[in-house]
Amino acid sequence: MDLANFLIQLLNSVQYGLLLFMLAAGLTLIFGIMGVVNLAHGSFYMLGAYLAWSLSSMTGSFVLAILGGALLSVVFGLLLERLLFRHFYQRDHLDQVLLTFGLIYIFEETRSILWGDDVHGVKIPELLSASIPLTDNLSYPVYRLFMSGVCVALAIALYLLISKTRLGMKIRAGAFNRDMTEALGINIKLIHTVVFAIGVALATVAGMIASPISSVYPNMGSQVLIMCFVVVVIGGIGSVRGALISALLVGLVDTFGKVLLPQVAGMLVYMLMAAVLLWKPEGLFKQ
Amino acid sequence: MSAKAHLEVLPRSLQVVLGLGLIALVAFPFVGTDFYAQMVSRMMILAIFAMSLDLLQGVTGLVSLGHAAFFGLAGYVLAFVTPAGEPVSLWWTLPAAVAASGLAALVIGFFVVRTHGIYFIMVTMAFAQMVFYLFFDNKVLGGSDGIYVNFKPDARFFDLENKRVFYYFTLAVLVLVYAFLRRLLWSPFGRVLAGIRVNEHRMRAMGYGTFGYKLAAFALAGALAGLAGFLWGAQTGYVNPELMGFHMSAHAIMMVILGGMGNFAGAIVGAFAFEYLLHWFKDLPTIGSVNLGKHWQLWMGMFIVLVVLFAPRGLLGVVERIARRKEAVDE
Repeated sequence: MDLANFLIQLLNSVQYGLLLFMLAAGLTLIFGIMGVVNLAHGSFYMLGAYLAWSLSSMTGSFVLAILGGALLSVVFGLLLERLLFRHFYQRDHLDQVLLTFGLIYIFEETRSILWGDDVHGVKIPELLSASIPLTDNLSYPVYRLFMSGVCVALAIALYLLISKTRLGMKIRAGAFNRDMTEALGINIKLIHTVVFAIGVALATVAGMIASPISSVYPNMGSQVLIMCFVVVVIGGIGSVRGALISALLVGLVDTFGKVLLPQVAGMLVYMLMAAVLLWKPEGLFKQ
Repeated sequence: MSAKAHLEVLPRSLQVVLGLGLIALVAFPFVGTDFYAQMVSRMMILAIFAMSLDLLQGVTGLVSLGHAAFFGLAGYVLAFVTPAGEPVSLWWTLPAAVAASGLAALVIGFFVVRTHGIYFIMVTMAFAQMVFYLFFDNKVLGGSDGIYVNFKPDARFFDLENKRVFYYFTLAVLVLVYAFLRRLLWSPFGRVLAGIRVNEHRMRAMGYGTFGYKLAAFALAGALAGLAGFLWGAQTGYVNPELMGFHMSAHAIMMVILGGMGNFAGAIVGAFAFEYLLHWFKDLPTIGSVNLGKHWQLWMGMFIVLVVLFAPRGLLGVVERIARRKEAVDE
């Protein structure tokens, strides 16, 4: 592998890792703070991709589609939390697994009714459709850099929100001790609703910005969901920092595995997870 | 809470219901059509699968979201050992397939049973997915299309190609597995597993090596799932990666919940009810321009959500509650 090729693979793995982080961050936050297992998290990713496709063909603008889609996803997250998830925070994990599995079916079928079962492509906006030449015949698409940029910006925003703002302080307090936080007069229910909506929005935005590259197809959520589980397990449940590091690690192993060891590429990530479990059963950054 | 929610001792009324159910199953091939006899065979196979999961989920309190891996694996073993031109003997392939699933469960269990709660759910799902992709990605192992099992295993003393014989063979396996698991539930081993569900720390403090017990339960459950998977492969004559998929695992959880956990009878009832419902949803008529059956996922999803909201203790729980209320009134 020469330098240019290596660079391309490295950029790809970072981009994939960052995308996984967007999904895993929401999953790990929702679990860490509310104690809910959400199998339907992958459906939000799918929802994002379909929103990007239908809104961009409706408005003719990819940027408008992303902004509109993000707004819709926040509303969707708020409603879902209020109507359903709120009642499951104190229940058994088993009930949560079943509830969210039932939701996967409902979301998939609703998607099928609304948008059909065809595979669609989303056009890369004109401004970002160029490629940066690396050598005579190798180049790197600007859009992938843009994706990584968006993910990094959102990761920084998330970090600032949680560690530097008043709201973030309340979120951390709620995760640490729910009852005490409530006793201090903080509206913990509102905090939960906000955290849930943030998680949904992150996953949806990830689906939207990934759609031009991955294309849009039924069941696209389930595969990504399982990768997210692996990321969260390796990183340690509830740890956003762990999710970031483990997502990048998974991105590297998966991308380079496909190039260097294609025969076992599909299993490498799971072997990584097994190794981490032997070493640290509660993940690298257990809170 | 999970200790209270379990119904280990079946009340007399439920025992009567189960006895009637068994009589109905014995009589069924004489009254039902071939199509329905095959469907009931399939339900019985799934009931064995659901019981094997109940050993983990209901008895030991380990919610596995990857149990289908062991179910599918045994089916694949049958597919690999069956040559294209002739059947193989049941008497070595069945133990071999069950052992393969049990061994796989032992290896995977070694990693997963050291985790708890939510980790256990996620890790079992991830490992099952690893097995899924192993078969899905490799053409040698059948790839995404799966493999045909051209002949049912040769049992020497009876002919499994005969649908009615296969039906009774499956029924016999179902009854044996049920009797075995009920006996196991009340054995010292079963009591330790139940103790782990209620309070693992206390069991450890009493000197039980809970890791070994959980690993044994996981391997045994995997082997029994393999038994069901072997029968599935033989009955349908076809295996594909979907058998190991996430949906299959989740359906098994739903069967156990729907019937009622921790007593194996519930798993049987749940498997029959779930499979019947699935069939019913897929068979819904077309009204106007809308084909209701085509949208079965929507109905099934709503049904699952409603069960979780309103009947988290399952059908047997509902029956038991009614029976209790009646007893209270009688007194």
